[in-house]
Amino acid sequence: MTKCLILSMEEWAEKKNKKKIVVEKINLKIGEFTCVEPISLINTFNAAVLGSWLDSSEITIETIPFEGKCSKCNRLYFPKKENGYKSPCCNFNLEEIISGRELKIASIDFKEK
Amino acid sequence: MHLPISDKIELNILHQNSHQAEKNKIKFNNYNLLCLNIMSSPGAGKTRLLEITLEDLSKKFHSAVLEGDMTTNLDAARLEKLNIPVVPITTGRACHLDANMVSGGLKLLEKKINPNLLDILLVENVGNLVCPAEFEIGEHFKVALLSITEGEDKPLKYPIMFREADLILITKVDLLPHLNFDINELKSNIASTNPKADVIEISSITKSGFDLWQDWISKKILKF
Repeated sequence: MTKCLILSMEEWAEKKNKKKIVVEKINLKIGEFTCVEPISLINTFNAAVLGSWLDSSEITIETIPFEGKCSKCNRLYFPKKENGYKSPCCNFNLEEIISGRELKIASIDFKEK
Repeated sequence: MHLPISDKIELNILHQNSHQAEKNKIKFNNYNLLCLNIMSSPGAGKTRLLEITLEDLSKKFHSAVLEGDMTTNLDAARLEKLNIPVVPITTGRACHLDANMVSGGLKLLEKKINPNLLDILLVENVGNLVCPAEFEIGEHFKVALLSITEGEDKPLKYPIMFREADLILITKVDLLPHLNFDINELKSNIASTNPKADVIEISSITKSGFDLWQDWISKKILKF
């Protein structure tokens, strides 16, 4: 995932002149229902970019809650592992996921040198 | 130095992989080649499943395998004995196949056989219940194996894998009489995580369930 993030940043920087910019913050939106542990992503990113053009950049992560929709009564709920992800209102299986699958670079804060 | 600029790009971190996966899928479609992504934890029985499956499947359909493995070609060597085209993909330290690796594997496969002559491509992913679930490879369907020795709770502990799967094969069911294992609890956990998945119980020892699994594959190939 870290590699994908860095490749995405490289791709973004190709459209700028990366020698002329300094990336200050990479602002991510990471859903709770993904295979990404935010602190691990930050740590591996920091290690991977040491000495590179992204060395001075900082990652911020906005966690997007895992939210489902009960297919019986249409209420939104926060699925919990302890409850088998079922809806607390009707005890229905998790059919529709509203949010929590996000793996996004929301924005990049940078300065021109 | 200028004032900071905020570039709101809203870009999926995995977009490069997704883009390559789309390209792979277009290639598969142009070849009329059904692609299954076979995933599980290490030791759930993916390679044994493929050995038994391909013995019968190869009589009806032209098949090939892309065999993902972190460090060895041991599994690929086992499948090559079935006289079908097998391309090993050694991922090194990567714990999953990604779309680029599969694209590379497909190029090597094209050197072995004209893919137009194939009906199905089985991609055995690296044994891991986490990362393979997030990385599309261009497959048409995802098949997740879960052996009963892993415990009833795995769909809850690794929900993305079991949520993403189109078919879940419960493997090693011949061991049921010897284990304190509640298969109904497992099925309930699968249903609560992914109510839309097909589920088949299977044993590579007794061969139970293989008729249903072969039938599932045959229907997918014929519909394709």
